Amino acid sequence: MADLAASVLEVRGLRTVFRTRGGEIHAVNDVSFHLRRGELLGVVGESGSGKSVTMMSLLRLLPMPPAEIRGGQALLDGRDLLSMSDEDLRSVRGARVGFVFQDPMTSLNPVFTLGNQIMEPLIKHLRMSKAQAETRAVELLELVGIPDARSRLYQYPHQFSGGMRQRVMIAIALACDPDVLIADEPTTALDVTIQAQILELVQELRQKLGMAIIWITHDLGVIAGIADRVMVMYGGQVVEQAPVRELFANPQHPYTRALLQTIPRISGPREARLKVIEGQPPILNAPLTACPFRARCEFRHDACDAANPPRRAIDGLPVGQGHDVACHWHAPAGREAAHA
Amino acid sequence: MLDAGPAPLVQVQDLKMHFPIYTGLFRRHTGDVKAVDGVSFQIQAGQTLGLVGESGCGKSTVGRTMLRLYEPTAGRVIIDGDDVASLPPEALRKKRPSMQMVFQDPQASLNPRMTLADIVSEPLHEHTDWTRAQKLERVYELMDQVGLNRRFVNRFPHEFSGGQRQRIGIARALALKPRFIVCDEPIAALDVSIQAQVVNLLEDLQEKLGLTYLFISHDLSMVRHLAQRVAVMYLGRIAELSPSTDLYSRPLHPYAEALLSAVNEPDPELALRRKRIILKGDVPSPANPPKGCNFCTRCPKVMDICKTVKPDLVEVEPGRMVACHLYTAAGSTGASEAPERKNQERNQQGENR
Repeated sequence: MADLAASVLEVRGLRTVFRTRGGEIHAVNDVSFHLRRGELLGVVGESGSGKSVTMMSLLRLLPMPPAEIRGGQALLDGRDLLSMSDEDLRSVRGARVGFVFQDPMTSLNPVFTLGNQIMEPLIKHLRMSKAQAETRAVELLELVGIPDARSRLYQYPHQFSGGMRQRVMIAIALACDPDVLIADEPTTALDVTIQAQILELVQELRQKLGMAIIWITHDLGVIAGIADRVMVMYGGQVVEQAPVRELFANPQHPYTRALLQTIPRISGPREARLKVIEGQPPILNAPLTACPFRARCEFRHDACDAANPPRRAIDGLPVGQGHDVACHWHAPAGREAAHA
Repeated sequence: MLDAGPAPLVQVQDLKMHFPIYTGLFRRHTGDVKAVDGVSFQIQAGQTLGLVGESGCGKSTVGRTMLRLYEPTAGRVIIDGDDVASLPPEALRKKRPSMQMVFQDPQASLNPRMTLADIVSEPLHEHTDWTRAQKLERVYELMDQVGLNRRFVNRFPHEFSGGQRQRIGIARALALKPRFIVCDEPIAALDVSIQAQVVNLLEDLQEKLGLTYLFISHDLSMVRHLAQRVAVMYLGRIAELSPSTDLYSRPLHPYAEALLSAVNEPDPELALRRKRIILKGDVPSPANPPKGCNFCTRCPKVMDICKTVKPDLVEVEPGRMVACHLYTAAGSTGASEAPERKNQERNQQGENR
């Protein structure tokens, strides 16, 4: 397919389970997606929906055991991250794929200077000399908007504010000029005015550097502002995927629709009462044999209990390319089965 | 008085909470963190005042100081006629049932070794001389009110989900039939789909029991939904205190304006059209606030006077209180308009780069 040739990352049928004393937790269930060059893919879901575990699995960042990748492929320019040797993977992490974690307070090492931490990937991956790395580190800090970069190089993380630390994390992730940047809730721990600064910075860097970004968040507002395409996750699987405007204008999965209605708005008429999604997210202690959202869904019918709906395109494009949704109401075959 | 009608249930007057800093070998008192530095507002009975601001602005400290979980440095907190800030210990103890608090983190604010029944009835042990049976009956009644199944009465906190734990926290706060509740970020730790459940519960309870809330939150859209009036705090002081509808449609204080423009609406069309005001830099330390207006280091409309004189919170339109030199001293407003506009243009150019 012509379009897939433009994909920098393609994930097929990823499954991750955690083996615990209480049994297995099926955290990621058959997740497939692709990331085009230069695009920003938003991944939305609540805690426990599998969005972080999916991305951590790609770079095998999860402790194994208890985590176990049961199947799937993650092709970065055609090479499978899940089956390559540890040594090969090390040359990918931090170099071809950068990762920004949620909490800037805990993801920097407090006993090393910032310069040390930014220069590490440059020296390890790009085999720069110390002097070269230092020059590049200053450039990077300037790139992410940290004033007085050279003297900041010799300071420790505690001397930086939260927003500044997140800028440093982004600088580290960008150090080796990666093709893909994975950002896991990078602004959740920050205040709104600081969050606005970081969002603006990321937009600017995207234009300048042209990398592809996966942005994980539970905040639909953030996604609306920055994403090109959105993937909604629930119960460890992708339940809906669409270009950003299409998703917000025409949400198809009952979960997406309900989620959009539970958030109060800052403008427009004030809602008398918030819509509620009753119940709790599912406990994923067995492989999914039915729709994970059925217990909270207002459109539940027999088919929902009988089988876990596959993703189906609703606009004629191949699944993953246009707008697709995993719901029996959108599956003609499923609906027939329900009536049979 | 702002609103005609009954006297407000809660009146806070010039409340200050300074935490001392001790340094050096002899632990000398060398300064103060001015977490709350002269805050005044009032809340009508049965209404909700939203208190918003970024982390470190002192909003939680206001809530805690009002209930005298801290000893205030100065100021008065009049709740239902009594000045809580100066009540002697025994009188304060008698007062406590009428003012309660719901905490942010339902995980940390419930004792993991106590059952739901123990947790919710603990205030009853402290403040009533009821029999066991009476207390248990009250616990059941509270569980019904907050939507917890009566069968769960002997379960421990870890057996509940986040939303249910917050319901337990609310039941505990309601146990002694308070009139005033401080809700300190009660939904911040919950998932989006659960937040609405808890907010609706708080609204139902307010209507049914005639409760008065101080709702502390950084979630500006949720505050818009809940509160009749909203106070925006910055670095220990109130920047603007306005009716919710006015504030959200036309914020007056430059900080309130920037804060609202930074909120992300779940609407891609709107995100394209909207003009964001991006504030430069970080919040200054409350141990060493700027000399003039606390916001002068980041304000896009800063004037010379802002760097030397702290603006007072004054009523600039009916019902709207703002602490900003742009709106005070009618003479100076006209004189400062031109440079102000120039400033604004320069700032916008800087942002659009």
